Amino acid sequence: MSDLRRGRSALLLGLLLSCAVARGAGPVDVFQFDSAEQEARYQALVAEFRCPKCLNTNLAGSDAPIAEDLRRTVYRLLTRDGLSDKEIRAFMQERYGDFVLYDPPFRPGTWLLWLGPPAFLLVGLLVLWRLLRQPPREPLSSDEAARLQQILAEEGAAGPSGSGPGGTQP
Amino acid sequence: MIAELGQFALALALCLCTVMAVAGLLVVRPANAESGPWPRVINSVAMGQFLFIALAFAALVSAFVSDDFSVAYVANNSNSLLPWYYKVSAVWGAHEGSFLLWSLIMAGWTLAVALRAGHLPGLFSSRVLGVMGLMNVGFLTFLLFTSNPFERLVPMTPPEGADLNPLLQDFGLIVHPPMLYMGYVGFSVAFAFAVAALLSGRLDTAWARWSRPWSNIAWAFLTVGIALGSWWAYYELGWGGWWFWDPVENASFMPWLAGTALIHSLAVTEKRGTFKSWTLLLAITTFSLSLLGTFIVRSGVLTSVHAFATDPTRGLFILAFLVLVVGGSLTLYALRASTIQSRARYGLWSRETSLLVNNVLLVVAMALVLLGTLYPLAYEAFTGGDKISVGVPYFNAGFVPLMLALAGFLGLAPALQWKRTRGERLWRELRWCLAAAVAFGLVLPLLVAGALHWQVVLTLALGVWIAATHLRDLSFRARQGLRRVPLAYWGMTLAHLGFVVAIFGIALTSALTVEKDLRMSPGQTETLDHLQVTFDGVGTRNGPNFVAQQGTFRIQDGRAELVLHPEKRRYLARNNVMTEAAIDPGLFRDIYISLGEPLEGGAWAVRLHYKPFVRWIWLGGLIMALGGLLAVTDARYRRLRRRVGAGAAAPAVAERPTPTPTAPEAA
Amino acid sequence: MSGVSPGAAWRRQRGISRVSLFVPLGLFLLIVGIGYAGFKLNDPHVLPSALLGKPFPDFSATLLHEPERVVHRDELLGEPVLVNVWATWCPTCKAEHAELLRISARTGLRIVGVNYKDDRQQALAWLRRYGDPYEYVLEDPDGSLGVELGVYGAPESFLLDASGTVVYKRVGDINPRVWRDELAPQLARLGVEAGDV
Repeated sequence: MSDLRRGRSALLLGLLLSCAVARGAGPVDVFQFDSAEQEARYQALVAEFRCPKCLNTNLAGSDAPIAEDLRRTVYRLLTRDGLSDKEIRAFMQERYGDFVLYDPPFRPGTWLLWLGPPAFLLVGLLVLWRLLRQPPREPLSSDEAARLQQILAEEGAAGPSGSGPGGTQP
Repeated sequence: MIAELGQFALALALCLCTVMAVAGLLVVRPANAESGPWPRVINSVAMGQFLFIALAFAALVSAFVSDDFSVAYVANNSNSLLPWYYKVSAVWGAHEGSFLLWSLIMAGWTLAVALRAGHLPGLFSSRVLGVMGLMNVGFLTFLLFTSNPFERLVPMTPPEGADLNPLLQDFGLIVHPPMLYMGYVGFSVAFAFAVAALLSGRLDTAWARWSRPWSNIAWAFLTVGIALGSWWAYYELGWGGWWFWDPVENASFMPWLAGTALIHSLAVTEKRGTFKSWTLLLAITTFSLSLLGTFIVRSGVLTSVHAFATDPTRGLFILAFLVLVVGGSLTLYALRASTIQSRARYGLWSRETSLLVNNVLLVVAMALVLLGTLYPLAYEAFTGGDKISVGVPYFNAGFVPLMLALAGFLGLAPALQWKRTRGERLWRELRWCLAAAVAFGLVLPLLVAGALHWQVVLTLALGVWIAATHLRDLSFRARQGLRRVPLAYWGMTLAHLGFVVAIFGIALTSALTVEKDLRMSPGQTETLDHLQVTFDGVGTRNGPNFVAQQGTFRIQDGRAELVLHPEKRRYLARNNVMTEAAIDPGLFRDIYISLGEPLEGGAWAVRLHYKPFVRWIWLGGLIMALGGLLAVTDARYRRLRRRVGAGAAAPAVAERPTPTPTAPEAA
Repeated sequence: MSGVSPGAAWRRQRGISRVSLFVPLGLFLLIVGIGYAGFKLNDPHVLPSALLGKPFPDFSATLLHEPERVVHRDELLGEPVLVNVWATWCPTCKAEHAELLRISARTGLRIVGVNYKDDRQQALAWLRRYGDPYEYVLEDPDGSLGVELGVYGAPESFLLDASGTVVYKRVGDINPRVWRDELAPQLARLGVEAGDV
């Protein structure tokens, strides 16, 4: 799922068809890395930062000049300066603000964002629990089942049971 | 002349839709529905409005094919050099035309409902068509007054068109938007059924039975549409990604999540008479999200490169329409929906419970996507200008666990029966499947060299779990005679296996992809996974409306050799440069090469990707859609139509759940 | 629910549920409100500066006119200064240039240029041809100083107070309207003679 990086999808084009600006050319940089691990870190980082110029693309997927500069900066910080991922994120945030972080920081302004989905899930499970807590009726014995069938058959013959425009009866 | 004809046809269609809306929602009453002529009149009008919108659409197609650059929309989005098939698909290549396509599809669904309306009570079908007519009144008004595709550039007719955006000169544009819109708009049928049911106040299960096939078909189209979009992004955009949680993608994904919940919830409502209000709400929500998606995409408040500052009328119009339609239907819902919860007539281990869990997870996932999509906007509005971004890390953090939980429950689905299933029985039936999944999850990391992320291992194990329980149940049924297995059951099994294929694809691609961005000189050979890739250099090729620099790469795969030609194209009309990746597709792996910039000394920046199982993602989507369609062909619906058509018009029974025989039926 | 009559329990539950049926409508209206607010927002291209209210970052850069001389942050301190990021490849900078000349001619405001990702000879020719409003111009040929400043295009301008804190940032050109509505009031607060511009 780390592969979701890079890209603004063609769905966008399918829908935002009115967008007259041709993007498309995925930029290719030819950096040398000391190790595969370092390269993977670089790829993950440039996928994580949003290009400040181009509204909705990450650094990896943008061919804007500023994105190129920032990719080079990330490369420099990573290889020459030996910064950790966390330090690089802080570096970017200090200069370009929260906007460049596709992974929004957890602070009062984003509490709702981060805690919303768990809260939704909790509410959902609560409702579920309330529904299930109501004791299920005892399964009908075969005699009872037969009687119920009989009643329903009679009712069905007599026509639909009249229920008002509220729908069902309690 | 033809353009004026098209505009005239649109205006006529608007009149007919207004007639439909007024007649269906205001004129037809219980008193005059069955005896009077109105239902038949509305039916005929529904067919008429389709005819006129189709005529308008044909007029625009003809303007494109005949290079009529006096029509502004054609001049802005076509060019005489464009191949004829792109001229046709360029019709929906930009705002005005894609809304005309939307309207045409809306009219098409309305026509389909009208053709099938003979099976429904007159009052009900009139109201359904009335609601759908009202929708198209909105869309046609929008078209005619804010986005007229037939506007002329007279007398300053340009001699040549500005060309279609090169990114859109692709097979993807031909198939993706129509499929997506078929899905989006298709959910208007379930929406109209739900509103009609609320209007009538008869919140029984009949509407659920009627809207089930429609919802399934719409869902199948939307699934295909999203899969095609993802595939298109993958091969066209030159960086090998296939999903980015872009607001525009999310706009299509939210109705899909709600729609998936809907088709499951409809099953419970139809079969067991429970969750009625909830299902109504889902039907309204799904289509509302389609409309909201349109607003997000069209208004440009979230995504757009050119904000609506220049023309806020379009965005405000959609917003007003949204308030009218969605606000109206939700108000109706609040006033009319039944508040009485169906008493639990099912145990903890029952199909009802599992479908409830399914609904909770899908709706929470939908809410997550909605929150993440709208949050930056809300944040900026509340803080007065501060901006944040919500992207892949956020969405994956929430979405992946939800889907893993969903997959876990999905494995239980075939063994669970309506009402209740005994725990011992469940254990007896599923223990070997569980064992297989656990064993797979434990052994897999040992077999594969290199560490796999635990999420990947878990996803694969859950895939094995789902496949095992479904195949086990299928083989069990098959022993009693394959012919007796209903098509709906086949459909469900197929759709669930499609889900397995898709999550296998997602997990394996993300775990095993090899990507290399590097500098290659002619003659140089690089290793990509087990492949040897040799760069032979770059030549020039002339296309119909572009000039391409075409690279040649020879790939040694064991003893087999294949050649790929990625291109950088310069389109003549606007001088745009586009990357055209070269892909060798395969069921088990794609080889993906795209050209970057030329470097000094004849070398090029080159992107090499080796993507195992990436096709499974879209293949899984197609299988899911096929399953959804297969379920619709089930004999049950054919019987139903005959029965309802025979005259037993009033939705009678099923006010209370009928005790069905315990044999599990297909959901 | 023992002890409560089934009818009462049912009514109570019904009452709660009635209200809960309006929840979807409420959520929808909230979403519409957010959507509506979206129209009122500023240009989506403009990012708020992360530097606002913070000290101008430390840097070392050579001068366009004297490439051997290296300048640091402390040379910007002492009195308010407008740091203007510009380039010859940027058409808006050309439009802005006249306004900068006016400001430098008629006010006591120091203006320091940052020549962003540009060609030195072209930049020098440009200043010779159109006039030079800058006290001096820092060179940033590869955009690395720009990255330090959070610049993502040109022109951009920062107003620093005497202690080197960024008090105002403008993305886009400084024109007479921006001068009148935004920059001049800021300068008045900093105590710079705004002149009769």
